[in-house]
Amino acid sequence: MANPAARSFLQVASAEEAAPPLRVVQIEGLAVLKIIKHCKEFSPALVTGQLLGLDVGSVLEVTNCFPFPIREEDEEIEAEGANYQLDMLRCLREVNVDNNTVGWYQSTFLGSYQTVELIETFMNYQENIRRCVCIIYDPSSSNQGVLALKALKLSDSFMDLYKNNNFTGEKLRAKNMSWVDIFEEIPIKVSNSALISAFMAELEGDSPVTQCDYDRLQLSSGPFVERNMDFLIKCMDDLFVEQQKFQYHYRNLSRQQAQQQAWLQKRRTENMARKAAGEEPLPEEDLSNPIFKPIPEPSRLESFLVTNQIANYCNQINGVSGQSFSRLYLMKALHED
Amino acid sequence: MYAACRGLSSPNETLILHLPRPRSKSPLSREIGAGATSRMAASVDTVLQFSSSTELSARVQPLVIFNICDCYVRRPDQAERVIGTLLGSILPDGTVDIRNSYAIPHNEFSDQVALDIEYHHNMLLSHQKVNPKEVIVGWYSTGFGVSGGSALIHEFYSREVTNPVHLTVDTGFNNGHASIKAYVSTNLSLGDRPLATQFQEIHVDLRMVEAERVGLDILKKQTVDKLPNDLDGMEATMQRLLSLVDSVYEYVDNVVEGRIPADNNIGRFIADSVASIPKLSDLDKLVNDSIQDHLLMLYLSSITRTQLSLAEKLNTAAQIL
Repeated sequence: MANPAARSFLQVASAEEAAPPLRVVQIEGLAVLKIIKHCKEFSPALVTGQLLGLDVGSVLEVTNCFPFPIREEDEEIEAEGANYQLDMLRCLREVNVDNNTVGWYQSTFLGSYQTVELIETFMNYQENIRRCVCIIYDPSSSNQGVLALKALKLSDSFMDLYKNNNFTGEKLRAKNMSWVDIFEEIPIKVSNSALISAFMAELEGDSPVTQCDYDRLQLSSGPFVERNMDFLIKCMDDLFVEQQKFQYHYRNLSRQQAQQQAWLQKRRTENMARKAAGEEPLPEEDLSNPIFKPIPEPSRLESFLVTNQIANYCNQINGVSGQSFSRLYLMKALHED
Repeated sequence: MYAACRGLSSPNETLILHLPRPRSKSPLSREIGAGATSRMAASVDTVLQFSSSTELSARVQPLVIFNICDCYVRRPDQAERVIGTLLGSILPDGTVDIRNSYAIPHNEFSDQVALDIEYHHNMLLSHQKVNPKEVIVGWYSTGFGVSGGSALIHEFYSREVTNPVHLTVDTGFNNGHASIKAYVSTNLSLGDRPLATQFQEIHVDLRMVEAERVGLDILKKQTVDKLPNDLDGMEATMQRLLSLVDSVYEYVDNVVEGRIPADNNIGRFIADSVASIPKLSDLDKLVNDSIQDHLLMLYLSSITRTQLSLAEKLNTAAQIL
């Protein structure tokens, strides 16, 4: 007799498994090293590559990756790029590497990665893969001693909006979305196989000071901060341009409304006159009149992205300043002995 | 799938790379310059290994080790070891810089070794599309020491590149510790008959600088739950510095009290480092100026964020019309 508490096989098979939300991205040390090597070799040019791994429950495991060659803007090379990908996947399959694409990685320069292209790539990937993630690595930040590796995902509500390509104020207010909600950052865990940790423990004993520390204790953070501020100022200019667009739109809208009111008044007085003369009143609306044409509202996507970038730069500046404070006080203490 | 290649003395043309083992089995004992230590394997084939006496050396990036270990863990069940190609470049001073690697499926029988050459070429082309500067510099295998089959594979690779480097990574920890060794080969021949291949060990330099940058803690442990952010890392660095200063202090104490004999070199190093603190008369002013600059930047970034939230409210959240 089947246990009434247990579900029958048919029930389980037919019940749709709701995907648990993605909570953690687990990367292998090997993939981290590969990403770093690739991005560093080609910096300051921006490079991309593919992530391979497994999608298990609420953890997305990234076990390997391979880089993409730098593509020139040429139509014939598109097919070559696809062939390269298929070749690599096939070859890696033969040596038992996970053949499953789970996303892609790209390098960035000082955190200026929020562009429309990123969103479009996300949408492209999302059509084929249920869960994909984008890993962003910043080689210039890493020179300051911080491992600048981030895992990003588009939030679901944003994806719905993007599909409908509708970024008017109404819709956004309805969903209560602001610029923070576009990208979701997912925490990263790093894992290593037992063999490799044995090797690393053996080959590189617990040295008291590492290169990372040397990088962090460097007093000169000038150039990095300068570039950050530079980008910040440029983004503020962009934001200003966007706000100007909105202001223009609002002005147009209010002007149009005033025109509509005036026209309506005229119609009403005309109608009164006609009623007095005993004729048919004219309709109060006339859609063929150009002043009734609804003015399209400018999309807010750009301003959201720019806002995101600015927030990013601010965060970076905060981080660097915090580090510099510690360094300066350390210097002071050292000097006092 | 396997490319056609004629072996040393295979009678007909086959589709697999047949590399029959050399027939000579007598132990060779020769004296080669200074520092010759010969070691005989207890198996049928004799393997001679000499310690290096040349200036050739190999530099290995940590990514290569990671790759090899990962391939070893993923090898098919019946294979005992993994074989693959090493990519890199040769530096102008002769050092071989090994930067990347990939595994090649292979089959090893009792007296034959079969390598998938087409796979090897495909992967090489793919890798070169990304990084055209990386060329074949040798090959690797897991397992300890050089075996008879390795000589055949080495000969195949020497047809692709002059003087290939053979890297062995001991994943079995045979000697109780990890050993990574590199060899180059020279052919020993008696007149016209090729007799044996002599593998000479060369110095291996493990450049761990990149791994250190990533953070050895991340790469050493089996799981790391959180990537450290700026302030965490700063804290860790300062603690390490503090422990360094403490140990130097302890050492100086011990020497002064006579517990440890003084070492002049260490003393000179300590004196040098202490003397390298610059004597700036107005260091206070400099430090205060820097602090003020940073505070100003923090203030600016906070203002920017306030501006952002205001703009947000005006543009989206508020309903004007």
